[in-house]
Amino acid sequence: MKKAVVILSIVCFALVGFTGVNKYFIITNEDVALKVPKGFPKPHYRFKNNTPSPEIFVLGRKLFYDPILSRDSTISCASCHQRIAAFGHIDHALSHGINGLIGKRNVPALQNLIWKDAFMWDGGVNHLEVQPVSPLTNPIEMNESIAHVLEKLRQHKAYAEEFRIAFGDTVISSERLLKSLAQFTGLMISSNSRYDKYMRGEDTFSFAEKNGLEIFRNKCASCHEEPLFTDNSYRNNGLRPDTALKDKGRSSITGAQFDDYKFLVPSLRNVEMTYPYMHDGRFRKLKNVIDHYASPQNFAPGTAKELDEIGTLSEEDKKNLIAFLLALTDKTFLYDRRFVDPFMQ
Amino acid sequence: MKLKILTIELKRTLAVIVCMATVSVAMSFIIRPPAGHLTVSFAHYVGDSVLHLDSVSYKNELGQAFTVTKFKYYIGNIRFKKASGGIVAFDEYYLVDEEEEKTKKINIDIPAGEYTGLDFIVGVDSLHNCSGVQSGALDPVNAMFWAWNTGYIFLKLEGRSPASKSPGNMFEYHIGGYKQPANCIRHISLNFTQPVSIENATGRELSIKVNAAEVLRTPAAIDFTTLSSVTDFHNAATIADNYADMFSVKDTR
Repeated sequence: MKKAVVILSIVCFALVGFTGVNKYFIITNEDVALKVPKGFPKPHYRFKNNTPSPEIFVLGRKLFYDPILSRDSTISCASCHQRIAAFGHIDHALSHGINGLIGKRNVPALQNLIWKDAFMWDGGVNHLEVQPVSPLTNPIEMNESIAHVLEKLRQHKAYAEEFRIAFGDTVISSERLLKSLAQFTGLMISSNSRYDKYMRGEDTFSFAEKNGLEIFRNKCASCHEEPLFTDNSYRNNGLRPDTALKDKGRSSITGAQFDDYKFLVPSLRNVEMTYPYMHDGRFRKLKNVIDHYASPQNFAPGTAKELDEIGTLSEEDKKNLIAFLLALTDKTFLYDRRFVDPFMQ
Repeated sequence: MKLKILTIELKRTLAVIVCMATVSVAMSFIIRPPAGHLTVSFAHYVGDSVLHLDSVSYKNELGQAFTVTKFKYYIGNIRFKKASGGIVAFDEYYLVDEEEEKTKKINIDIPAGEYTGLDFIVGVDSLHNCSGVQSGALDPVNAMFWAWNTGYIFLKLEGRSPASKSPGNMFEYHIGGYKQPANCIRHISLNFTQPVSIENATGRELSIKVNAAEVLRTPAAIDFTTLSSVTDFHNAATIADNYADMFSVKDTR
């Protein structure tokens, strides 16, 4: 038995060496093992009936980066969800889709998705597995139909074999398409920023960062709750509605007037990389965001009462707060080789 | 000596196994009645006329002429009511589509016995709306699925009417929603005029009349001019209330 394993391993290594597969892109069992970071709550999505495997993850990774998912095969998920921006759209206020169409909301970062009970700025999508259907079929995003995507994948020369490797046979179905994407996006976990290391006692904070953390806990953490830096709630954050976008947020899902202009509280992890900010991307810099929250006189009607408690902040406070927010940048996640575009190999 | 003891032991074990097998086979006959077979078919009408897509013009309650281009809906949680009390329940969902003849017949293996009627829902229950990607009839590839506000579209009625001011004089009613503000799951309960007896593999057919005109009438008469499109929770419950009475037992053969 031992001998057989050794021989098999040698053959495998030889084959890998021979075919020139780049080890950087190889995904192992260890790579797809779900490790809930210490101090994180129990995940909402627990990969039920979708046990992660290296093969399914690799398929999901390819699909995420393949423009074949859009109507005219010009844009992929990764076109707007860029790895280096924690899978947000760096320097883009509003999302844009095929044919240069512009959406009405800022692309959210993709991280720690398995702790979310709903997706999108208005919480309209209720499950990680069905989330991709929304951008895929949205006329101003990928403008596709699931039926047509499946047809294109079936006609593609490589995918039948890749679905076979992942699932055991060559059937290409929406269930397999969506579950493989859920494995890829579900394992995007950010838990190794300098903040995390500081909390684990592995790193120290500067004076400014420590002050910033204290201000954050007093003034921001009731909505941007640690360690996920969101409480997954919907709030009116005091922004004056954009008269061109006419986006009422949460109430377009619930139909309830009291949900007018409420949007999902976003996580602040990797906030350094996800500029510009807010649901409509109206603020280019963190400083603009903090200035907004520290100017209660400018709040729109219906602003969440939690915001009144922020009050004003000194310039020194603002600097410290920003210093702390920058400590939420998680380079382990941003440079994680598992999430690198496989078409680059 | 040892071998002899072993043989006796073996014989005893075998005897016990045979006994247990016999009892379990006998028990299964007592507990589970033999399977019967039932075909449930859906016959689509507009009023008293058989529904024909595109070609035939009908009139709504307000006298507005219209044609139908699409009529499809989900049926699920079917429960047959036994004459002796109790129910026989099925978990499957079915997408019945006027355009696909084969979807208008559902084949069900059902224990033999006397049945007095059936209950089902038009729509998809909350569990199946919240559990991620589904396959079969509930596969989102069937385009009966809202992506931006997760949930299944329970019923689609589309067509054209000169009274509609929408582009191409079209009207479309896409009704869905498993939670507030518009829970559109509707429970249907139908009783047979006489109990239907299903015997071992006799293959009976139950025909259900589905009157698509009911989507547009009672309690709310739909005016194509003022309401040609329902594609989210606005007005959805009104139309769900309308079609909650579109089913009736046509005949049992």
